[in-house]
This record gives sequence, structure tokens and C-alpha cells, in this order.
Amino acid sequence: MANKKPKLAVFKMSSCDGCQLSLLDAEDELLDVLGGVELAYFPEASSKMLKGPYDIGLVEGSITTPRNVEEIRQIRKDCKILITIGACATAGGIQALRNWKDTQEFTKIVYASPEYISTLDRSLPVNAFVHVDFELRGCPINKYQLIEVLNAFLNSRKPNIPAYSVCIDCKLKGNVCVMTAHNIQCMGPVTQTGCNALCPSYNRGCFGCYGPMDSANTAALAKQFKEMGSTKFDIMTAFRSFNAYAEAFRKESEANEK
Amino acid sequence: MKTIDKSNLDKIIGILKKDGYTVIGPIVKDGAIVYDEIESINDLPAGWGDEQEAGSYRLVKRNDESLFGYVVGPQSWKKFLFPQRMKLWEAGRDGRGFTIKHSDEPVPKYAFLGVRSCELKAIFIQDKVFNNDLYTDSYYNNVRNNIFIISVNCTQAASTCFCVSMKSGPKAKDGFDISLTEVIGKDGHYFVLDESTEKGKELTAKLDAEIATDEQVKAADTRVASAELGMKRSMNTAGIKELLYHNHDHPNWAEIATRCLSCANCTLVCPTCFCHTMEDTTDLTGDHTERWRRWDSCFSLDYSKVAGGNFRTSPKARYRQWMTHKLASWIDQFGTSGCVGCGRCISWCPVGIDITKEVEKIRNSPKTKS
Ligand code: SF4
Ligand code: SF4
Ligand code: SF4
Ligand code: SF4
Ligand code: SF4
Repeated sequence: MANKKPKLAVFKMSSCDGCQLSLLDAEDELLDVLGGVELAYFPEASSKMLKGPYDIGLVEGSITTPRNVEEIRQIRKDCKILITIGACATAGGIQALRNWKDTQEFTKIVYASPEYISTLDRSLPVNAFVHVDFELRGCPINKYQLIEVLNAFLNSRKPNIPAYSVCIDCKLKGNVCVMTAHNIQCMGPVTQTGCNALCPSYNRGCFGCYGPMDSANTAALAKQFKEMGSTKFDIMTAFRSFNAYAEAFRKESEANEK
Repeated sequence: MKTIDKSNLDKIIGILKKDGYTVIGPIVKDGAIVYDEIESINDLPAGWGDEQEAGSYRLVKRNDESLFGYVVGPQSWKKFLFPQRMKLWEAGRDGRGFTIKHSDEPVPKYAFLGVRSCELKAIFIQDKVFNNDLYTDSYYNNVRNNIFIISVNCTQAASTCFCVSMKSGPKAKDGFDISLTEVIGKDGHYFVLDESTEKGKELTAKLDAEIATDEQVKAADTRVASAELGMKRSMNTAGIKELLYHNHDHPNWAEIATRCLSCANCTLVCPTCFCHTMEDTTDLTGDHTERWRRWDSCFSLDYSKVAGGNFRTSPKARYRQWMTHKLASWIDQFGTSGCVGCGRCISWCPVGIDITKEVEKIRNSPKTKS
């Protein structure tokens, strides 16, 4: 290929850095990735900061401040392909728990001079503000999935990122189901796969890191949890975690609020 | 008919291993009976039984030392003939073209120990799927032609079993190399053995087998009969194809959809479901590519995505597809039902949806065909 290498930029909104670090954590594949792209902007990894436009932008983090809103609009203009990574960027993240509370009240309790704090009422995913080309779920994302998305982009093919339940990967691995064999509550049936059924492989129920799967019937699972002995509060908290503000999970947690 | 004791069962495993077979049998793992490689009878689930209900499976201790005192667990033999994930071929860039390379891995040679009657029937059904006039799956057939099958007749059924209705059990009639019925009685712990193929006879000749007495044969038959008589679940299959074809708009489908998670567990545990998808992978340079086949299910949304849209978006349509395929259109497609009554889809459905009950509901209030 005579073409120049595509320019990759990695941006951060409101988040913990865990997802973008998965790129650095992909030690074995990192050099190959860097062989295929030009790392134009990645403050976490390199002091080199080239100006846009960029071919691919990876965005971590949710939109929680007026500054985030401005930044993401500019990033969208600067990037040909915009890929959001992680539960914060795709669903608002754990910080979306504040969406059910009064943010002003929090700032008053936490900060000595709350008047300096400029924040939005809610923590929202990037796609609430700009068009997103691909969303890579997870809290944190799976580094192999991130490599797969970049790989697919570099080779002009469809990424192999299924949107079905954790159960499918769980069964493909040959696991014994913890719900049916051990009466352990598992979010797997309503959660999109991505971790290769990590928790059920260690005899634990899934916590829902990757958010709702393609056709999550949360009400049916909530009913089953209840039959297994859960209270409404347990069910509410099961759906209100890393992906609390993803629509299907949000509705189910609200249905079990009172 | 012959009888053998436990030490001769162990001998069978030893002989098969010496003949180059990888012997697969039931073992206990993570609270269930699954199928994996075994070295000797010490790996078998001695003294274990199972209790199954819709949406529930429990291993329980038995009060005897029987080796086959349970029925089927979450896995089936299909994972050996039709692996969950399999590389079909790979290709490398070659100047301006590319070269395709097929796998040169040796074909595994499996001996299956402990195949239940319904599972044998499921293998016959998958034979029609993977080896028919239109299509032959070479991997499936290469493995299939090499298998040594030791079936075990069920001497008790789980509450989820309904093989009698599906005419697939509890006694294996053919298709095995050797069949065993386990007996624990006043006269000790032994297996009544039947051999059906030359391979089976050759192997039995190497054992210290005795001719079974009339009492021993009767003891084995009584136990199998008690499994048959004690079977609690059933499915009325009379005219089932027409019943389901004529009830495409039955209100029960929408009602099931309120309970069904579309999680696909039922199709993955089913010993006859064969659906799969293809995944193409590349390395980062794009110089090497691989085509993989992996299990899929009509419950996953992407499964029915085609150019221009998705023809089965609602969970209602997906459950209807599953049940109608298993019990009706399978008959048109392969000349047999796609269900052997093993009950796995009932036990391993996280919300306990029961295919026999759902058929009954439709049968009890069929929509009159206009
Ligand atoms: S353990 Fe959880 S993820 Fe695995 S099959 Fe059961 S419900 Fe699904
Ligand atoms: S909680 Fe669920 S999604 Fe998260 S790692 Fe465990 S199995 Fe995967
Ligand atoms: S449909 Fe259910 S009962 Fe029938 S063969 Fe499949 S898993 Fe067994
Ligand atoms: S029921 Fe579904 S998964 Fe099973 S064979 Fe039919 S279409 Fe495939
Ligand atoms: S019937 Fe049960 S196992 Fe099958 S998709 Fe629905 S909820 Fe899952």
C-alpha cells in the first residue's frame, strides 16, 4: 500500500482511563497496531500530539461537563471514524448513578467552593451528542475486542463483535450454568457478550459489564431473580451499575425502585 | 447377551486407548455431569445422580456406587462431531494473489462411553444434517466414521425426560457398537452387555465376559422398564407438524415472548441443533486470513440479518422459529423430528420454559384454521 498510514487519535472525556490503558496493555499486539497506524494523538502514551483531522478516533469517557460537550463536537469534526470505547462512553458509566440524584447537592457536600464547579445534571453517553460509528462496550473493554475493531478497520472488514448474550459464549466454552445448576443470579442472559463469559467460568454470576444484549428481556430475568429469592432492591441494584443508564437496564432498575 | 463387571469396563477403556481412541465419557465438573476425556473408570461419576426440573439441575449423592445413575447434563456429544469453534481454512497473501490452506490436523478418533438412547438418536439426526444428498460436511463425517460407541441404557429418567413420546429411548436398539445396562442387586454390581457390530464383538472377545443368565437379563430389562414407566413428562406428537403450521398466529407465541430471554441456551444445549455462523479474521497486516465456523442460534438477532434487513426481529418470531423448526419443519427437511425428548432445553432454560407445556397449550386451544 502506497497510502499513508491512517492517523489514530485517542481521547478521554469523563472516565477512569482503564479503557484506553487496555490499548497499552495489549503488549503482544501493540507493536503490530502501531505498525499499521500513525499514533497521532494519545496523551496517555505519547507526548507527540499531531493536529487533526484523524482517520480513527477512539473516545473513552462519558459527557458530564459543558467542556466535554464542546470537546466531543470538535472531535467528531476532526475524526473520519469515531469509535466509543467502554461503558462510560457508550452508556454514561458508573458516574451515571448521579442521574437519579441532585448533582447540585453533591457539589455542595463535596467541594468547599461549589460555585467553581461546572457540570451537567446527567452523565450521558457520547452518542447522545454526536453520531458514533461504532460502540465497543465493556467496563473495562476487552483488549482483544479493541484490537479486533482496529484490525477490522485496517483491513476494511466487519469486526467480529457479536451483540448476543453472554450465555452463548458461556455455552460455547462448555461452562455449567450457575443460574440453573447453582441458583446464582446471573445477568448473562440480558448482557451482551465480550468477556468470553469470564465470571460464569469462575462459577460467579455475570454483573452486566457489557450492557444490554441485542434483545434484552430484563423484565423476565428480574422475575426469575425474584423467584430465586431476590428483593426488589437487589434487582434494582443488579441493573443499576456500570451500565445503569443504558436504556434497557435503566428501565428495569426504575421498575424495581419502589 | 453377556455380563461384565466393573474391572472389565475398565479394561474396555484400556483396550480402546491402546487402539488409539481418545475415550470420552461422563465426568463431574462444576456441579454437573459433562463429557470429557477419561483415563479409567475412576473418572466416572460413581455414586452421583441428578435431579432436574424446568430451569433447574442439581447433582445429588446416590445411596449406591452406580457409575451411570444419572441422565443427560448440559453438554452433548455434538461438541465432538460439530465443534463449538472450528477453523475451516486459512489463506495467505501470495504476491498479487493468495493461497488457501486447509487443515492438515489428524482426524480425532473418539470412543464415546455412556451414550444414552436419546443421544444416539440425536447423532442419527445430525447424520442427516451433515451428510445428505445436498451437502456433506467432511469433518463431521471423518470423525463420525471413526467413532466407537458404547451406549448405556437408562435405568431411571429425570423429570425432564420425554424420550418415550419421541420414540428415542430409554433403551438403545441399534447404532451402538456395544450397549450396557448397569445392574446393582443382590447378585452384585455388573453390566449386561450387548454387542451389535463387528468392532463391538472383537472388543468383547478380549474381555472376561460371561454369558448372562436369564435372571441377569431380566434384572436389566426390569430396570430399563422402570425408567420407561416412571417417565413423568410427555409430548403428544400426533399431527404435530400440521398443528404448528396451522397455528402460526396463536396468541401463545406472544405470551411466551414475555417470558423468553432470547438467550439461546435451549438451542446450544440441544443435541440436534446445528446452526452456525462464519467469522473471517485477519492478522493486523492483512497478509493472513482465517475462516472460522462457530455455533450460532436462531435466537440471536444477527442470525436472521440478511442484506436489506432482518426477517425475525421479535423474540416471539424467534421462539416460534425454534419450536416450529424442532417439531415441524424439521420433518419436512430431514424426514424426522428434530427433538429426541432429552429435556435439556427444559432444564437449562434459565427461566424454565418447557417445550412440552408450550406445545400442550397450543394443542389445547388451537386457532381454528380458516
Ligand atoms: S451462567 Fe449465566 S451466562 Fe452462563 S449460561 Fe447461565 S445464565 Fe447464561
Ligand atoms: S460481570 Fe459479566 S460481563 Fe463482566 S466480566 Fe463478568 S461475565 Fe463478563
Ligand atoms: S428440543 Fe429440547 S428435548 Fe428436544 S432434543 Fe432438543 S434439547 Fe432435547
Ligand atoms: S431450532 Fe434454531 S438453532 Fe436449532 S437448528 Fe433450528 S434454526 Fe437452528
Ligand atoms: S426458551 Fe429459555 S433457553 Fe431458550 S431462549 Fe428462551 S429463555 Fe433462553
